[in-house]
Amino acid sequence: MKLLVNGTSHDIDAPADMPLLWALRDLVGLTGTKFGCGIAMCGACTVHLDGAPVRSCSVPVSVAQGKAITTIEGLAQGGVDHAVQQAWQQLNVPQCGYCQAGQLMSASALLARNPHPTDADIDAAMQGNLCRCGTYVRIRQAVKLAAEMVAGGAK
Amino acid sequence: MKRVSRRDFIKVTAAVGGGLLVTINLSACRDQAGAGGTGKPADPSIFVRINPDNSIIVTIPKSEMGQGVRTSLAMLVAEELDADWNQVRAELASYDLKYGDMGTGGSSSVRQNWVPLRTAGATLRAMLVAAAAKEWGVDPTECTTDSSFVHHANGDRKLHYGALAAKAAALPVPSGVALKPRAEWKLMGKDRVGIDVGPITHGTAQYGLDVKVPGMLYASIERTTVFGGTVKSFDKTAALAVPGVKNVVEIKGVGIGVTVHPGVAVVATNTWAAMKGRKALSIQWEPGPHAAESTEAYLATMRGAVEKKGAETVNTKGDPDAVLAKAGKVLSGVFETPFLSHATMEPMNCTASFKDGRIELWSPTQFPDMATAEVAKALGLKPDRVKVNLTLMGGGFGRRINPDFSVEAALVSKAIGQPVKVVWTREDDLRHDFYRPCSVHRIDASLGADGMPEAWRHRVSTPSIDVSYQEKPPEGGWGPNETDGSANMSYRILNRSAEYTLLASGVPRGWWRAVSTTHGMFAVESMIDDLAAAAGKDPVEYRLALIDGVWWKQPPDFPEYPFKAERLKGVLQLAADKAGWGKPLPKGHAMGVACGYDHLSYAAEVFEVSVVNDRLRIHRVVCAADAGPVVNPNGARAQLEGGITMGLSAALKERITIKGGGVAQRNFDSYSLLRINEAPVVIETYFVETDTMPTGFGEPAVPPVAAGLANAIFRATGKRLRSLPLDIKMA
Repeated sequence: MKLLVNGTSHDIDAPADMPLLWALRDLVGLTGTKFGCGIAMCGACTVHLDGAPVRSCSVPVSVAQGKAITTIEGLAQGGVDHAVQQAWQQLNVPQCGYCQAGQLMSASALLARNPHPTDADIDAAMQGNLCRCGTYVRIRQAVKLAAEMVAGGAK
Repeated sequence: MKRVSRRDFIKVTAAVGGGLLVTINLSACRDQAGAGGTGKPADPSIFVRINPDNSIIVTIPKSEMGQGVRTSLAMLVAEELDADWNQVRAELASYDLKYGDMGTGGSSSVRQNWVPLRTAGATLRAMLVAAAAKEWGVDPTECTTDSSFVHHANGDRKLHYGALAAKAAALPVPSGVALKPRAEWKLMGKDRVGIDVGPITHGTAQYGLDVKVPGMLYASIERTTVFGGTVKSFDKTAALAVPGVKNVVEIKGVGIGVTVHPGVAVVATNTWAAMKGRKALSIQWEPGPHAAESTEAYLATMRGAVEKKGAETVNTKGDPDAVLAKAGKVLSGVFETPFLSHATMEPMNCTASFKDGRIELWSPTQFPDMATAEVAKALGLKPDRVKVNLTLMGGGFGRRINPDFSVEAALVSKAIGQPVKVVWTREDDLRHDFYRPCSVHRIDASLGADGMPEAWRHRVSTPSIDVSYQEKPPEGGWGPNETDGSANMSYRILNRSAEYTLLASGVPRGWWRAVSTTHGMFAVESMIDDLAAAAGKDPVEYRLALIDGVWWKQPPDFPEYPFKAERLKGVLQLAADKAGWGKPLPKGHAMGVACGYDHLSYAAEVFEVSVVNDRLRIHRVVCAADAGPVVNPNGARAQLEGGITMGLSAALKERITIKGGGVAQRNFDSYSLLRINEAPVVIETYFVETDTMPTGFGEPAVPPVAAGLANAIFRATGKRLRSLPLDIKMA
């Protein structure tokens, strides 16, 4: 089976029902996408499938076949960090950091479809992503900062 | 106390490949810092390395779980060293027996390292200056340092530390080097972004779950879901038929002090295959002695216990029983809190490789020393045959103090004779935690004619944490540790007592961020608010008038860090001022307050809420904290924000219930954590930087949260909520 991850094609040997998460982590070797719950309740495993955010723990690898998969490792383009990565760094958002790959993938998908999100938009788009360390206040600020960066010409 | 000269704890040698290596004997210098320790010099436990390329690497044997310890401890060295912060890197240590105590917990990392790490940096700086002065043939007093360069004051000569390192290594180690006064700080006291934020945002930070070692297999373990249960028999045929499954082995339990649950491990070539194989297992269980236990039964027992005199009297002052018996009016409150799970975002996991009578582990553990000792014991090895490598942790909060997941992985690897990563599912993690104990508190109090409390009797019943780790009670009984936050509350009441009754339970208990104060302070700070209301007094004024001292354990655990009433009053006053306490609020808004002393630090919090159509909205949280000087304000603010948010999650959402001797919850669908749409819109944090030895910020923001929020709801609605999670829905 072939998977197109961050623009690179990977040949993997996986049963059709293996969640994309485990194919990425154990077979492709990209461990930036995290396992948190396995039932799409925490968002730690969020990746983009043809640009849309999905919980990779609940997407069978067969469904992801033939689609463009973007993981946290592929969020920066051409050596330049995505605006959400820059904003996260600037505002020192992560604490333990384990949930943040999922947060960044959800936030970047939000900005792609809504470049000027309100607080309510942010809460709606990000409420599937749990953070146990309690970085929510900074996440809201960072999404807004990233939106400003995009408006100002950042990627 | 033995005083150790600086020569004994700082050694400087030439490093392999050029540069200089400083080794710091932490336990020796802890004594010098007067902050505890054994008095016996031990082997080095911290390394600072200056490379010829000018990079500076600080190897810190403390576990990073999001509290920012790698950043703040590196800052202590870099400040006194006058290092270029951009060239400083932190490395994770691997544990070595000779390091001794290497645990991370109790908000202690900055407190323990404040003097030793700065002294090491200052000593090293003096040696680099001496090396430069020698090179130039000038007096060292003519030299200054800045951003990893030594400058000669009278000329344009300068040398970077990397070029001087090898020469400095050959010089004698000076003693008595002065530390910078605060006015000369360049790095400390200013905001720094966490040292790991870059790798985290790129998905390259390595957590325990990301470890991969050559030849590694993956395991998923079906454990008894009834605490104390055992495996009667099992059939592995169907599991072995799942493609990718390589092996199925039984794991015998390990008892008190470790708590590895009996179960059956399915080992496969990838995680998914191991999980699928596990589902195909057929296991017959022996339920064991706790199978009839339930939350309902625990509650009935604890409620009964606090209606009578406690089994242990933790402390008494005056005669509260007599005063209460004669009082015209007794105010009473019964407060109830559930078991809580740590629910770290990274589920428990550990990678282990057993080979030729040795075992190496890659473990996201807060206590590698405990993991080493217990792995050795469980495998029948000498401790020097065990090597524990630390990894980053996706949250700790006290859960990862426990050695269970390390021991379990070691047992699996030994059983199969191959390297293996044991991956816990979320269900495993929630159902096999070491839970914050459930509790019932009853406080009875009476007021004098002036409205101030005359008597206060506080009865607590919980299953003790210590019982999960030791057979016999600590000196002084089970009560003192369980009543932290209750028995040692700081209000001046002439007749008061604290009593404790142990609840027997088969549920493993452990240290959950801030530990016993999370329930004790909920009871105390809710009750004191009720007393203020009964007296018709302002809750802030009432507290300020009553905050006095802590009389409790004598001698105290940390005599160098005595409780200071002025510091608690200071944070309370600052939080009230910043929140605009007493000033007009938007229609429908109300404020509640709570304050307290936890892990040697002080915190006060004001919650501004509204309750419309029975729906709660938290508009603003204002927190003031005093842990002494702040090393990295940005990181410290993050700890306060995080502590408040985690406290809110517990106050509003979290409850572990026990049914049939096991945990009823399964995953985040039944164990809910606070989500971003429920988080406060604004959290403001302020510091009172009392000029003293620093303590820590990891825990003290948590305990005031539940009471502060309940007090705000009380002032908004007139309704006093005394059970956690609070019975109110979020807007």
